[in-house]
Amino acid sequence: MWDYLKLAVLGVVVVVAAIAASMARDLPYLVHMLVIMLAAAITFVWQIRRVGEPAVVANPNEYMDGPVRFGVVATAFWGVVGFLVGVVIAFQLAWPELNFEWAQGYLNFGRLRPLHTSAVIFAFGGNALIATAFYVVQRTSASRLWGGGLAWFVFWGYQIFIVMAATGYVLGSTQGNEYAEPEWLTDLWLTIVWVAFLAVYMGTVINRREPHIYVANWFYIAFIVTVAMLHLVNNAAIPVSAFGSKSVPVWSGVQSAMIQWWYGHNAVGFFLTAGFLGMMYYFIPKQAERPVYSYKLSIMHFWALIFLYIWAGPHHLHYTALPDWAQTLGMTFSIMLWMPSWGGMINGLMTLSGAWDKLRTDPIIRMMVVAVGFYGMATFEGPMMSIKAVNSLSHYTDWTIGHVHSGALGWNGMITFGALYYLVPKLWQREGLYSLRLVSWHFWLATIGIVLYAASMWVTGIMEGLMWREVDAQGFLVNSFADTVAAKFPMYVVRGLGGTLFLLGAIIMCYNLWKTVTSTAARQPARAAAVPAE
Amino acid sequence: MGLLDHHKKIETHATLLLVLSFLVVTIGGIVQIVPLFYLDNTIEKVEGMRPYAPLEIAGREIYLREGCYTCHSQMIRPMRDEVERYGHYSLAAESMYDHPFQWGSKRTGPDLARLGGRYSDDWHVQHMINPRDVVPESIMPSYGFMMNRTLDRSDAEHVRDIMAVYRVLGHPYTEEMMENAVDDFFAQAQEFGDPGVLDRYPGAQQRNFDGQAQVTEMDAIIAYMQMLGTLVDFDTFVPVANR
Repeated sequence: MWDYLKLAVLGVVVVVAAIAASMARDLPYLVHMLVIMLAAAITFVWQIRRVGEPAVVANPNEYMDGPVRFGVVATAFWGVVGFLVGVVIAFQLAWPELNFEWAQGYLNFGRLRPLHTSAVIFAFGGNALIATAFYVVQRTSASRLWGGGLAWFVFWGYQIFIVMAATGYVLGSTQGNEYAEPEWLTDLWLTIVWVAFLAVYMGTVINRREPHIYVANWFYIAFIVTVAMLHLVNNAAIPVSAFGSKSVPVWSGVQSAMIQWWYGHNAVGFFLTAGFLGMMYYFIPKQAERPVYSYKLSIMHFWALIFLYIWAGPHHLHYTALPDWAQTLGMTFSIMLWMPSWGGMINGLMTLSGAWDKLRTDPIIRMMVVAVGFYGMATFEGPMMSIKAVNSLSHYTDWTIGHVHSGALGWNGMITFGALYYLVPKLWQREGLYSLRLVSWHFWLATIGIVLYAASMWVTGIMEGLMWREVDAQGFLVNSFADTVAAKFPMYVVRGLGGTLFLLGAIIMCYNLWKTVTSTAARQPARAAAVPAE
Repeated sequence: MGLLDHHKKIETHATLLLVLSFLVVTIGGIVQIVPLFYLDNTIEKVEGMRPYAPLEIAGREIYLREGCYTCHSQMIRPMRDEVERYGHYSLAAESMYDHPFQWGSKRTGPDLARLGGRYSDDWHVQHMINPRDVVPESIMPSYGFMMNRTLDRSDAEHVRDIMAVYRVLGHPYTEEMMENAVDDFFAQAQEFGDPGVLDRYPGAQQRNFDGQAQVTEMDAIIAYMQMLGTLVDFDTFVPVANR
């Protein structure tokens, strides 16, 4: 009965999407409807082949690792794609000829930049978060993922979201809000997927056999629920037509600015920080084989972090037309945010107490420690840049880009790489990684890449900020805007080089993980019984 | 550490943890966002602001579509060098009809908040076709394809549909403006077009922007750029002290 209902729903989706595609008013909408139709049709065929087959009863005492395995592959894949687009647009800024004549209107910087940011944040970071969340919640709750096949829906639904967002950008469908570019149809689809994600996660936590909810799960829960709230409010929009991709966001002007940066800064705060702290709280103790340093610290910094982060948005709007009271609030809370951020860093680093020697022998733990180090640096730099006097120089410059990347490449990238190196041998029952030497190579390429990136952006950011404001003795501006653009060229080349090294490291990782799965000895199958985690 | 002992209640109860986390993360947003909708001094009272004319909307849509906001800001801060370089600092009122705001976050290229009237249409056409022809140091991509993209009646009707949504959201478009939307769209791009468009949208520029017979995306984007920051009458503007 349930099977037939699913088939009926899928069939209706195929037909409705086909009709909508035929009535499409613009190309992105047509492509999106075809994507939906194709996805529903494939699922339909897959489902119909299983009708009448005896249902496979999952062992409730076994973890459900299928979606996690797929998630690991997707993370690595989208990571390389996102880094590659990043390298391309970095060099576009150095050599504008790379905005190729033949690709005008599709592959210009303005369209590729949202593709890059979304690919690394939502595709690479998002898949890493979903995969690790599913892995961690099962281990720390000692229970199988709740909801049967719902976890598979979350995984595949999220990939469809990524494909819709990416094709939309290249074809010019955008809301024009940074980091919230996807249009209404894509937004609606993500909402459905996200609610399913929350359901699977909470269902698993509620089913747990451990009395206490492990700290990693607090962060994952806060991340999922907050991102849901941000997504819904910031993307409130009225579609111009049911058959077109275009919508008009409900918010305008100063309110739109405030809501956008409330969203934007907490995409950093909850997507890239709280969620990844959840990752840190599981994988660092596991890899170091030490318990978390301080339980009390984790309580205090968790509540402080999630309470304070949400206020920090206005520091993106210093000296703008946003009323002063809001700017001041944003600055004050941003500075306070330094403390809970470092609470997380201290808890992560000090977990290595008594295991520091592993830094010499284990390149994976080295990666994780450097990640936490970069987290600490970025969360010091952030509050500093949110001070209005500093911001008056740094705003609108490359300094911001450098800051973001020391967080994104250093913290999010490195902790994810560490988690992937930890997960792959476990998920595919291998004795260990194919090559620790290659992990070392990845580590050094990535680290040197980040240093080149951040250093060149500090130099160009501060330089252009100073050049813009320079006046001579008569009070005239010294530099034209074009002068500052020309002065930045060498640093843009160095930045592109740094990105290239980071990308190379990620490709080496993919090779290493691939070889781990295909050509290392299988581990003796230990029974994957539900064992409470420490 | 008595207080922390009570944390056991939260961390052994999944729903409680979820609800409390959610409540904690709502507070900041409520305090910072909600007052912006009712405090009178959030948006200054100024003379001259009007909703966008149809062709300007088409230009703005192109601006969004091409991701111009990833490199250009439209927000002049009240610092000496910025006011010197770009003009009067931006007011909240000037973006009140922008869904969403286009203040930007990065100046890979210069600020565009007061671009209107700074350069000739010819300059813009040359600059869009190949920016390095007019600014050798520029790293902006070329947008020459806009010269070849003709806008037809269905594009104008799409803009009218957007105006209908703007109207739902409170933009003061009159019946007359709605009825004439499609005609105004084309009239604004003609040297001697129907002058009604100037009555309906005071301060709009009306001429053949790209020099070609047909109306193209280039006309629309230049019409948009030539009106940026030109609407507010700063002779009558008095800053509010307590804002």
